[in-house]
Amino acid sequence: MTTPAPTPTTEKTADTSATAAALALGDDALVLSHRLGEWAGHAPVLEEEVALANIALDLLGQARVMLSLAGDEDELAYLREERAFRNLQLVEQPNGDFAHTIARQLYFSTYQKLLYGQLATGDSELAGLAAKAVKEVAYHQDHAEQWTLRLGDGTEESHRRMQRACEALWRFTGEMFQPVDGVDIDWQDTERTWLASVTSVLRQATLTVPEGPRTGAWAAGAGRQGLHTEPFGRMLAEMQHLHRSHPGATW
Amino acid sequence: MVTGTAAATAAMTPLEQELARLAGSVPDPELPVLTLEELGVLRGVHLDSPGKVTVQLTPTYTGCPAIEAMTADIEQVLHENGIPDVSVVRVLSPAWSTDDISAEGRRKLAEFGIAPPRPHTAEGPVALTLSVRCPHCGSTDTELLSRFSSTACKALRRCVACREPFDHFKEL
Repeated sequence: MTTPAPTPTTEKTADTSATAAALALGDDALVLSHRLGEWAGHAPVLEEEVALANIALDLLGQARVMLSLAGDEDELAYLREERAFRNLQLVEQPNGDFAHTIARQLYFSTYQKLLYGQLATGDSELAGLAAKAVKEVAYHQDHAEQWTLRLGDGTEESHRRMQRACEALWRFTGEMFQPVDGVDIDWQDTERTWLASVTSVLRQATLTVPEGPRTGAWAAGAGRQGLHTEPFGRMLAEMQHLHRSHPGATW
Repeated sequence: MVTGTAAATAAMTPLEQELARLAGSVPDPELPVLTLEELGVLRGVHLDSPGKVTVQLTPTYTGCPAIEAMTADIEQVLHENGIPDVSVVRVLSPAWSTDDISAEGRRKLAEFGIAPPRPHTAEGPVALTLSVRCPHCGSTDTELLSRFSSTACKALRRCVACREPFDHFKEL
């Protein structure tokens, strides 16, 4: 039996920064899409099940375009080892309770919208996709903000859980603003805008903006370099096992 | 995934116009009351050589799975009309917008029970909380149930007047 090499087959372009950008942002979208897909059959209400699946579908579509720019989409998604993925550690975090998923959505969709919004006005290879995807992400952000308000300013229990989720994921948010090779934007300014936007939503939701570190020794921050957290390996095993067990299988 | 770039689509020959009409007459697989022409997703048809045609198609949402069915349907209708070699390429830019749905398309959506998208007035998404008319009874007193509905392009609403739930084609 011959199985394709488990390493990315993108040597011919691997050194270009455009590929690096497509891989980093494509992996973010792919991994979060998979995590959101895990809610199928488990969401608190049917409407929310459909919403999370739709958001996952948008992200998967974005991932397919970006990974296709970086190489063969299936090889990249299904045959890379953990260390070859360039996604943020935030998006690989387990779904947790619904509050954790919403906090992750709030942090990430706010970031992704800022990123795509700036890429859309540039002339990079990703500009076309970004101009399209930014409109989709606007709905993801709106969804996350509305739920943050509802949970934060809801019952005592929903407030407690939303606060706990926002704090648990806070240390993963500094990594988002490490410059990505090939994404030519003002990262410091993007971080300021992100912080202002998230702060405003949390305050409106009667939540306290977490005080923990976002960078430094006690923060996360090496997903872009291929270092990932423990739950990611298990997620990949599940995501990749069918393709690896049945090479070349089709529907 | 093959993603093409928007080539010059202007100045189609009469034959290309006829092929575009055929491709555009294909119904949308998820909203069969609309044709691809009315949905505004057909970006161009180019006759590369006799019997060889390239069709440019743009997705409504980046991840819309219907585009694969659309591709197969376009290939079939052109095959049936004597074009053996059909290549459908996906173009992302300029991004599709709900403003690309024709007036006739909007009328058909409403008739089908789906509230059509409202036209954009400024940059950014139209707020989902603004009033949308119920396609069943015409009341503007409707409420949002979910930002995402049966497909990514729709939101789920309910009419406060007649109590019927309905899909709303979200502005994009």
